[in-house]
Amino acid sequence: MSAIIEVDDLRRTFVVRRRRSRMRRERHEVHAVDGVSFDIGTGEAVGYIGPNGAGKSTTVKMLTGILVPTSGRLRVAGLDPSARRTELARHIGVVFGQRTGLWWDLPLRDSYELLGRIYRVPRRTYEANLERFVDLLDLGPLLDQPVRQLSLGQRMRGDIVAALLHDPRILYLDEPTIGLDVVSKAKLRQFLRELNGERGTTILLTTHDLVDIEQVCRRVMVIDHGRLVFDGGFDELHRLGDARRTVVVDLAAPADPLTVPGATVSRVDGSRQWLTLPAGATAAPVVAALGARDDLIDLSIQEPAIEDVITALYTR
Amino acid sequence: MADAVRGFAIIAGAWVRSALSYRTSFAIGTGVQFVITFLDFAAIIIMFSHIDAFGGFSIAQIALLYAMSGFALGAADMLVGNSESLGRRIRDGSFDQMLVRPVPALAQVAADRFAIRRIGRIAQSGGVLIWAVWAAPIDWSVARVVVLVGAMACGSVIFCAVFVMGGAFQVFAGDAAEVSNAFTYGGNTLTQYPLTIYPNELVKGVTFIVPLAFVNWYPGLYVLGMDDPFGLPGWLRFASPVAALAFVAVAAAFWRTAVRHYRSTGS
Repeated sequence: MSAIIEVDDLRRTFVVRRRRSRMRRERHEVHAVDGVSFDIGTGEAVGYIGPNGAGKSTTVKMLTGILVPTSGRLRVAGLDPSARRTELARHIGVVFGQRTGLWWDLPLRDSYELLGRIYRVPRRTYEANLERFVDLLDLGPLLDQPVRQLSLGQRMRGDIVAALLHDPRILYLDEPTIGLDVVSKAKLRQFLRELNGERGTTILLTTHDLVDIEQVCRRVMVIDHGRLVFDGGFDELHRLGDARRTVVVDLAAPADPLTVPGATVSRVDGSRQWLTLPAGATAAPVVAALGARDDLIDLSIQEPAIEDVITALYTR
Repeated sequence: MADAVRGFAIIAGAWVRSALSYRTSFAIGTGVQFVITFLDFAAIIIMFSHIDAFGGFSIAQIALLYAMSGFALGAADMLVGNSESLGRRIRDGSFDQMLVRPVPALAQVAADRFAIRRIGRIAQSGGVLIWAVWAAPIDWSVARVVVLVGAMACGSVIFCAVFVMGGAFQVFAGDAAEVSNAFTYGGNTLTQYPLTIYPNELVKGVTFIVPLAFVNWYPGLYVLGMDDPFGLPGWLRFASPVAALAFVAVAAAFWRTAVRHYRSTGS
């Protein structure tokens, strides 16, 4: 497996001017990305996670050529991204979750038509790709609507099709499931898995949602304060990061700590109890056992938060 | 360059088709542009109902200067006027999207929301030009025709460069469309009148710093067969292509520097 993305000691510093007093301003350097190195092989699906402001977006912007690195070596598909940005653009697809790459006032179909011509996608490839992706992401009935009339989830799917029409070798996704409902999230993850599995598209996914990573990526990189603090398999992250899920149970009345096989009670507060599952365990048997109790009123499962996982990484 | 032109044509073409599919709206938009710019010239006509000459120029001579400058600004505004919106594009993140497409970013910024209705200003300047050419006392020769046509092309290029620099400036200074407006629309208003009405320092400024005098003043003097009231060298009248090329080189370098220093926004 050859590396399609090579990053060696990548740094990016921003100069920020902070106001000290009414007249004086102080120059201040922020190391947004502070010596990051990694390789990503062709066909890998990698999750890139970290708290807000950790340097995720800055890294992705350097990988796509939007930002010029302060120092370090960077190769994507064999090219130096910022120096050969427009050339690199043909090999990559980028989806920024919060924004759209579509034309707000044009119908979805016209946006795709325009992108097909901008990227010089051969007609037959264009039609085959459009048909396939539109079918997989259920966009057929929406093709003639202006983008501004689409819901967030519809627009996100629309943006993903837009990023894939030219058969990019690498797909960058920045928070693709943010704000989506459970069904849309599940569909999108399924689609990304297929894309990675069948077409061999390399995927780099930044997210706040550990479930995105669990279902799409085999490898995870964690960045914090501009440095990689973890690079490895998802299972290992769970083990090291102590990323345990919690089942929150509401009972009809306060009770003694429950005894459920496969889970341990970590906290009791009146009629509410918190049960912790071992890392990587499935919740189904525990939920089934709890569901059999007739004093159960409500039950919910809490996913581990990225912040907790990272805190655990530091304290291991 | 070929990629830029091709990308510009594809994107601008989509906006033109979209504009033309609403014919009434297009007709009203163009008509309004025409009327607004005509009112602008009406002010000059009214002024001349009280005076016979302004800065040593008759109304027909001023009309020629006015039309040359108006045409150049109109053409530049239509082609790259959208680069003024760069500050907004940086803030809403759409500039990031442009940077990851295989077309030079400037071509995309210029072509996105391409407004064909801006042809209204060019049409109005064309109308004034026809009248000026007919009414002004011009001793026509092949050289004068070449200088007039060449000046309108070079003038458009100069204003294009001003727009691009204004856009690039916003990479450093946030949304500073007003600064660029001062030089584009402000420059247009300034050059609509003979430079003889301005102080000497300003004339030097629009000759050697921001070369707006090469849009219409120096070539206009030649077409009208007039001496330079400021006594600057005569070859300046033929120097518009040189001024345009030099200014474009500066603008291009400034644009490239701006893109390299682009910091994007948090996401």
